[in-house]
Amino acid sequence: MKYIDEFRDGAVAQSIAANIAATVEPQRRYSFMEFCGGHTHAISRYGLSDLLPPNVRMVHGPGCPVCVLPIGRVDLAINLALSRDVILCTYGDTLRVPASNGLSLMKAKARGGDIRMVYSTLDALQVARDNPQREVVFFAIGFETTTPPTALAIQQAQQEQLANFSVLCCHVLTPAAITQILESPEVRQWGTVPIDGFIGPAHVSTVIGSQPYEFFAEEYRKPVVIAGFEPLDVMQAILMLVRQVNEGRAEVENEFARAVTREGNLKAQDRVAEVFELRREFEWRGLGIVPYSALQIREKYAAFDAERRFDLVYASVPDNKACECGAILRGVKRPQDCKIFGTVCTPENPIGSCMVSSEGACAAHYSYGRYKDV
Amino acid sequence: MSEIKRGYARSLDLKHGRVDLTHGSGGRAMVQLISELFAKHLGNEYLGQGNDGAVLPPPMLAGRPARIVMSTDSHVVSPLFFPGGDIGCLSVHGTVNDVAVMGATPLYLAAGFILEEGFALADLARIVESMAQAARAAGVPVVTGDTKVVERGKGDGVFITTTAVGVLPDGLELGGSRARSGDAVLVSGSIGDHGVAIMSQRENLSFDAPIVSDTAALNGLIAGMLATGADIRCLRDPTRGGLAATLNEIAAQSGVGMMLHEKAIPVKPVVAAACELLGIDPLNVANEGKLIAICAAADAPHLLAAMRNHPLGVAAAVIGEVVTDAHHFVQLTTAFGGRRIVDWLASDQLPRIC
Repeated sequence: MKYIDEFRDGAVAQSIAANIAATVEPQRRYSFMEFCGGHTHAISRYGLSDLLPPNVRMVHGPGCPVCVLPIGRVDLAINLALSRDVILCTYGDTLRVPASNGLSLMKAKARGGDIRMVYSTLDALQVARDNPQREVVFFAIGFETTTPPTALAIQQAQQEQLANFSVLCCHVLTPAAITQILESPEVRQWGTVPIDGFIGPAHVSTVIGSQPYEFFAEEYRKPVVIAGFEPLDVMQAILMLVRQVNEGRAEVENEFARAVTREGNLKAQDRVAEVFELRREFEWRGLGIVPYSALQIREKYAAFDAERRFDLVYASVPDNKACECGAILRGVKRPQDCKIFGTVCTPENPIGSCMVSSEGACAAHYSYGRYKDV
Repeated sequence: MSEIKRGYARSLDLKHGRVDLTHGSGGRAMVQLISELFAKHLGNEYLGQGNDGAVLPPPMLAGRPARIVMSTDSHVVSPLFFPGGDIGCLSVHGTVNDVAVMGATPLYLAAGFILEEGFALADLARIVESMAQAARAAGVPVVTGDTKVVERGKGDGVFITTTAVGVLPDGLELGGSRARSGDAVLVSGSIGDHGVAIMSQRENLSFDAPIVSDTAALNGLIAGMLATGADIRCLRDPTRGGLAATLNEIAAQSGVGMMLHEKAIPVKPVVAAACELLGIDPLNVANEGKLIAICAAADAPHLLAAMRNHPLGVAAAVIGEVVTDAHHFVQLTTAFGGRRIVDWLASDQLPRIC
């Protein structure tokens, strides 16, 4: 596969690995957080940690859209499907996120809810066109990558006067989550989560650009290297972070220059700004209530806002007590530190959201790396 | 039907006609459907007996009584017609393969149809013709069958359940519990073709990749493999759940681990590209015309040569080996240079694949 295989070349990986090994200072410990689930997945799937020296540790971050979705939000979607007779459309992994009463959207579907997996917001619009007599709600989740397509769908629906289409908007923002982690007591006061730098998002950054991370580099003195999702991208980014740490620099560097610019995708940003505005606060799984960390639909497009249309009231629901997803999402714990990891909580029967998506830290470790634990 | 004077009953309208409830009611319409469609295409001396069951000769192999192997499989694939095949030939291949991977020679098939009211008879005719052709090519006649009709909305066009019986020579014992540390793991060709062909046809997922299903009967290939005398421990067709699920099954049954080599696993570039696009792993994607063989390492070269000699095995490859592992992990050395687990698929996003 052209443009893919080049970034998975084993020989190049070995040479970067040798370079990292030669560059790290032996007495120093390096701890880097990969924010995105896409990076977490690449690290596990390609066995990347096998290629790193022992004093370089990767900490998994919260950048997995279904992982940070709190139970209360999934409950809203389930209620729409089961009690309000809507056709609920959403992306694949969302279907398996555990919610209240032992339900998930998948289980709600088995109970008669009309819940459909779509690959794109355009598919959801088509469902609305095909079913004019039914209410169709798109359960919109994800970071900045998936936000522009939702904005586009809402604008398209308005243009077509698609009166039966609305969006349950749960889009969240990357910079707010990074701030929350950097401000957390584990990082700031206690130092229990050492973070010497970040691997910055790939796809998110194609939309928002590299500029928003400059604040973290300056304000918190943390190096950020934006990297693509291919394993060589990640290796190269780690090398760049090691160099910054060694040289005492804290800058935003862009390894993913083939797709990311400083400004990002201005057209997409305009669309998003046209349709969405900041929410005052939003509850994240793991991070709790984070101010100005999510988007809501502007008044102008209120007709397409499922929360307004169905008078939805959000209720926070605590996670399962045994589940360590919260600590894992903040980098405080590793999947294998959780008591129920791999025993009660497995990809077939996820208790916490990190075990759901292949981008979740627990699912990635369980599916690809658990041989290391035994 | 034979009692009705010719011309009194209008023949089935195979161009515009549709299945209706009378086709399953046990009356003349049902008899007509059977005789003008099923018997016409699938007909043979046993089906022609026209009784409630087929009377078959005693199972013999090389002039001696042989053990019987029997397997059944239901087919609910959506869409019914896909590049490279349809539910008709798939329902023959799937069940013939289940018997053949046991080491048995498949002899007969039974077929049960559940038809949905309103289903186009023209489509049904295509499916039955395809089934007949597949049965002829595999040399396994359909000797008995059944048809039911369910109300509109209670089915999805057509579901087909087939049962196959075959005969197993004395002394041949293939099974998932026979893999031993040191054995070689072989696959008969490129993986993931069927699943990706189905995905490309799903109504809400259209891309024009030239991918056709690999659906095929493997009994010919298997006969050639058994004839080599290689010490084959186990054969299995990696259908739903793909290579990953099948190897995990065998690892668990045999109490062993496996170490695969990513570079050795044949995947067509178009299939790899489609999987990349969809974010799925070809190792988890269904096949309908491939098999996995586990054999003694010393016999692997000539078994591989025999496989490559058959049209369905030209791309066969040794993809890894069986290892000692108390946890029964199937692992993979990645082309990148790392190591990872090859796990079962936790949830199937494409439920109606075969």
